[in-house]
Amino acid sequence: MDLIEFPSLGRRDLRDLRLGVDGAFKDFTRAYGETLESIFEPLKTFLVFLEDLLITSPWPLVLLVLVGIVFLMSRSRTIAIGSLIALCLIGFFGMWEDTMRTVAMVAVCTMVAVVFGIPIGILMARSDRAQALINPVLDLMQTMPSFVYLIPVVMIFGLGKVPGVIAVVIYAIPPMIRLTNLGIRLVDQDVLEAADAFGSSGWQKLRNVQLPLALPTIMAGINQCIMMSLSMVVVASMIGVKGLGQPVLQAINNQYFTMGVMNGLAIVAIAIIFDRATQAYGRRLQKHSEVVHG
Amino acid sequence: MVEATGIEIRNLYKIFGPNGAEMVEKVKAGMSKTELNDDYNHVLGLNDINISMPGGKIQVVMGLSGSGKSTLIRHINRLIDPTAGEVLYGDDDVCQMSIRQLRDFRRHKTAMVFQKFALLPHRTVMQNAVYGLEIQGVDQKEAAERASRWIARVGLEGFEDNYPNQLSGGMQQRVGLARALTNDADILLMDEAFSALDPLIRMDMQSVLLDLQEELHKTIVFITHDLDEALRLGDRIAILRDGAVVQQGTGQDIVLNPADEYISSFVKEVNRSRVILVDTVMAAGQKLEGGLSIPKGVLLEEAAKRFADSGEGVANIVDASGNPIGVLNVQDTMRAMVTPAEH
Repeated sequence: MDLIEFPSLGRRDLRDLRLGVDGAFKDFTRAYGETLESIFEPLKTFLVFLEDLLITSPWPLVLLVLVGIVFLMSRSRTIAIGSLIALCLIGFFGMWEDTMRTVAMVAVCTMVAVVFGIPIGILMARSDRAQALINPVLDLMQTMPSFVYLIPVVMIFGLGKVPGVIAVVIYAIPPMIRLTNLGIRLVDQDVLEAADAFGSSGWQKLRNVQLPLALPTIMAGINQCIMMSLSMVVVASMIGVKGLGQPVLQAINNQYFTMGVMNGLAIVAIAIIFDRATQAYGRRLQKHSEVVHG
Repeated sequence: MVEATGIEIRNLYKIFGPNGAEMVEKVKAGMSKTELNDDYNHVLGLNDINISMPGGKIQVVMGLSGSGKSTLIRHINRLIDPTAGEVLYGDDDVCQMSIRQLRDFRRHKTAMVFQKFALLPHRTVMQNAVYGLEIQGVDQKEAAERASRWIARVGLEGFEDNYPNQLSGGMQQRVGLARALTNDADILLMDEAFSALDPLIRMDMQSVLLDLQEELHKTIVFITHDLDEALRLGDRIAILRDGAVVQQGTGQDIVLNPADEYISSFVKEVNRSRVILVDTVMAAGQKLEGGLSIPKGVLLEEAAKRFADSGEGVANIVDASGNPIGVLNVQDTMRAMVTPAEH
């Protein structure tokens, strides 16, 4: 027996297998592609609307609103001024429009991830069976090279914004789900027992005890989700998502060093602004736990 | 005010493990806790508990850690499901209630105070206190009114907007107490409520509870591992060991007639002058002409003080209307105070 060569399917069998699966998937795409696309139509409309709003509004207004949001979330003058400087530099170096596209994209992806991630996380926390089923899926989503799931997504939706959003959400939603699950599971058993003892229904327990106490962990999930969405913009640009990713991609292909660095730094700047603002917001929500009786 | 309903616990068993129901028969047939654990890998939590908890009184359940006392109190509001037996509140068996009935029972009939306070850290004192009412669906304004009365009553006025983290342990437990009292339930379940507090604060909280009980007359079930606390608070005391009741009765019963070695070893350290009443020690039916008189129902400690103050050696024990019902002399008083009951 030959122990050097691993016994494998023959070349022909493998080719048939590939052709079979690919063919079936193509048929599926042809049959349901349009339906699926129409399902995602509202999402696309919203993304386009947000993008247009950010790009076509007068820049001072957009700047003011963005810095205002950052200040309202963080209540920190330092963070707000830092954001103002960073955004001004971005505009000065001619990356305003691309940056706004990226901000709109990340905002929409994060919203989608939150809307789906938190309920799934809650489900996982409430049922061990759900957790056992969903965990491997999350592992798959996090470790599967993103190019692999770009293939079917592009086959169904073609190039453009929607496949971009889907690819980014697939990559960015797992920490949202995992941290929601973790946060709820880590809620103090004593407090849960108290909630039961006073006759809370399941929903009351979730709303009054589990979600508020899991909130810091959930906020960390949202933060991670934003960071991961941003790190996906370059990959997403490969399937036609406009924004800061595209010049980076162009820079890679043409060896434009300065262009790459500038757009890369703009991504970093946005990431830091998002991160500081959400973290400061998360800390502010936890004000009650800071003051400890001596 | 209508007298609060008592709680009747009958033949209650709790066996932890996958086949608890089967194991009950074995335990009824006399299998011991160790055997059950070694041979069948089940843990005997409660073994044939029968306690009749009087309405409007404080029932203390005392035991060391692992005796099953916390398990027992959680059967009263069914935070733990029994393996067999009944927990009767009036005509209702808590163990037979549906989820909905049980939720209503917990909302309206019981309130609980926990050893580790179990306050909601993200809510202020006021928001914690209204928690029970909020779950019942009571109007916010009314809930706040009712809660603020109890917050003041437990001595937390002015702290309504503080978070639990900003308060000391004793104050946190006052919040726990206010939360339970605001619920205005018949039954107050207190699971080692004062065990985590410093001795002085614990005494303080015991006084708060006794004062409150004087006006409220709730059915209070109080769990403790501290015999002094049990004797101070309990109208009736049940002592648990290894999941079974070893003895129950009034504090005096237990101190004077400990059921076995185990209990007498506890009782030895007790300050007897604060448990035994003059009625128990006096020579009943006798009568002195004139001299000192001491009302019945007074503790020996108080009687000794009166003897010392007056310089007399004997006294009449008189009932509420001043009629002598017996005679107490100073020797008997001293003897009762210092001789531990032998088993």
